[in-house]
Amino acid sequence: MRWQGGKTYARVREGDRPLPPAFRRSVHVRVIDAGDCGACLNEIGHLNDPIYNAHRFGIFITPTPRHADVLLVIGPVTAQMREELRTSYDAMPEPKRIVAVGACAITGGVFGPSVMCGSGAADTVPVDIVVPGCPPPPWAILRGLLLACGRA
Amino acid sequence: MNDLVELTAPAAQLLRNWPLLEYEAPAVGVDVVKPPIDMLERVALHLRKHDWRLGTIVATDEQNALSLRYCFYRALEPGWLHLLVQVDQQARRVPSLTPVYISADRHEREVEDLFLVSFAGHPRLGDFVLHDDKWAENIGLMRPQVAATKPSVRSWKPHRVLEEPGAFVMPLGPVFSGHAESALFLLETVGEDVVRAVPRLFYKYRAIEKLAEGRSIADVLLLVERCNGTNAIGNAWAYCNAVETALPIVVPARAHMLRTFLAELERVRHHVGAIRDICESTALSVAANEAAAYEEELLRLCARLTGHRYLFGLLAIGGLARDLAAADLAWTLAGVRKVQPHLTSLRHDLERTGSFLDRIEDVGIISPEQARTFELIGPMARASDMVIDMRVAHAYGQYPDVDFVVPTEREGDGFARLRVLFSEIEQSIRILEQLPTTIDGSVRADVRASTGSALGWAEAPRGASLHWVDIVDGRIKRYHCVPPSFRNWHGFHIATEDFAFQDFPIILATLDLSVAENDR
Repeated sequence: MRWQGGKTYARVREGDRPLPPAFRRSVHVRVIDAGDCGACLNEIGHLNDPIYNAHRFGIFITPTPRHADVLLVIGPVTAQMREELRTSYDAMPEPKRIVAVGACAITGGVFGPSVMCGSGAADTVPVDIVVPGCPPPPWAILRGLLLACGRA
Repeated sequence: MNDLVELTAPAAQLLRNWPLLEYEAPAVGVDVVKPPIDMLERVALHLRKHDWRLGTIVATDEQNALSLRYCFYRALEPGWLHLLVQVDQQARRVPSLTPVYISADRHEREVEDLFLVSFAGHPRLGDFVLHDDKWAENIGLMRPQVAATKPSVRSWKPHRVLEEPGAFVMPLGPVFSGHAESALFLLETVGEDVVRAVPRLFYKYRAIEKLAEGRSIADVLLLVERCNGTNAIGNAWAYCNAVETALPIVVPARAHMLRTFLAELERVRHHVGAIRDICESTALSVAANEAAAYEEELLRLCARLTGHRYLFGLLAIGGLARDLAAADLAWTLAGVRKVQPHLTSLRHDLERTGSFLDRIEDVGIISPEQARTFELIGPMARASDMVIDMRVAHAYGQYPDVDFVVPTEREGDGFARLRVLFSEIEQSIRILEQLPTTIDGSVRADVRASTGSALGWAEAPRGASLHWVDIVDGRIKRYHCVPPSFRNWHGFHIATEDFAFQDFPIILATLDLSVAENDR
């Protein structure tokens, strides 16, 4: 898997560490749409395509936070999704990592901070890995997930 | 009464003999009528009789005036008719048009919630955009005096609850499924069968209309594109049309052609994505993966042509941000053509897969009468035998010069909606092939910061997108948008009556509604 420009496309925030080695080949991901425009979500949808095929790395998208090791947050976190995001995070078992995908989830993007939007996911949950872009392509998101499980 | 104003055709014929009405014709194709508030319902009734459809309601709240602008149009003929009503700023009370125009329902609920205007005779107001369990009553976010507010906690219950032995409400959302947009669905059920599904939206409300106020017209374009990222061109073009009519700006011919090219490219890509979602919802993995690969192919074509997979940043006020060479358009078209036979064979295979048809036939039916009553738009309406397409009757861009048909189906079920998507892809490719890619000239007109207001529209992949702008010296004073999904969510409950639990994701996928676009 090669991506032009490689490592700049996703990075671990300073002081954060990937999940323990047991998660290297099996990691479950819960996606939270906290107000995205649909583009990031569509790119995440493509992770399971035959082209990107996140399954081959043992990355699974799960419907419940109770089974999730990684929380993938997209969108600027709207006021009406803040509580839902926090609840989902609290429901996840330890150890867990948060990946903020897209400009909105990292800084609030064009929407925040404002009346209805915060300045990204870090306001609500502790973000470990950021994947910049508007939207980031599936390769970059995949790289962010591999960083979370310590494989990149 | 003002007989001196020379009105463009439609309103003059329709309302000429009505006493007590004030007229205005601010632009070609737009008539503004100012009825006294107590005549509003009668005028609306008259308009409905003559097949005028409600486009949107624009509320404008200023220091010393509160007005409502009702925009009407017809499905098959050009021309707009605006009813402009002045509302008393203290009483903030208007007769509801919902009894006359069912489609006014969601617009009035939104205005009530954000502007605190009460609509007398409306069947259900309150708890719409701002959820009552998170916000205090009477915030009126869009009023000029509101800057920021503190949330408060309140309890919330559904408006009506199914009362039957063994009945219960199954809440689904706002966080649900593998990767779905955030929305809450209250499924009222007696076990296996769901009697009703009540959607509760606006979890993703970003207040784009509020954020736009005071910003420059170019800045607001960034917000408009991100109103729905998968339909960026469709919505941005409607916004550009509004701004360019308001200022006014004459867009060069080459820009018209390129915008049409990008819009149709986006439509093809969007529809392939929608087809993938439908296949995925029925757990038909091979077809879903096949469609996903074609969508990826088209996304990469877009990226290679413009530098962005979702075509952000291409449209600009006055034209395009940069030119696209004729040779580039040619290989893009060749790329789309390469996908076309695969899509044709996918359609052929799907139409002959019994297990797939069992899941989508007779599922989520919207009858033609219901589609007409609720004034639905886009592919969703066209699958219910309704011919409605802004590209035809209210043509803009290059559309008057190209030849295409508006595909319709009769059944109004999931399968009909799937067929409409496939047929529209073919028509879009037909349009792409006809475009005169060698037109010479610049792609962007000069933009001077001036003042004006106008309504703009475009046919986004999901249906008609309407944008109202009020500009003062190049800055937005009031921006209002009605993307297609806002209107079409109104039809959601029709398709979700008396169905089995396992059909829910399928109905949702075939309706192809965007939550981001609705919540905006």
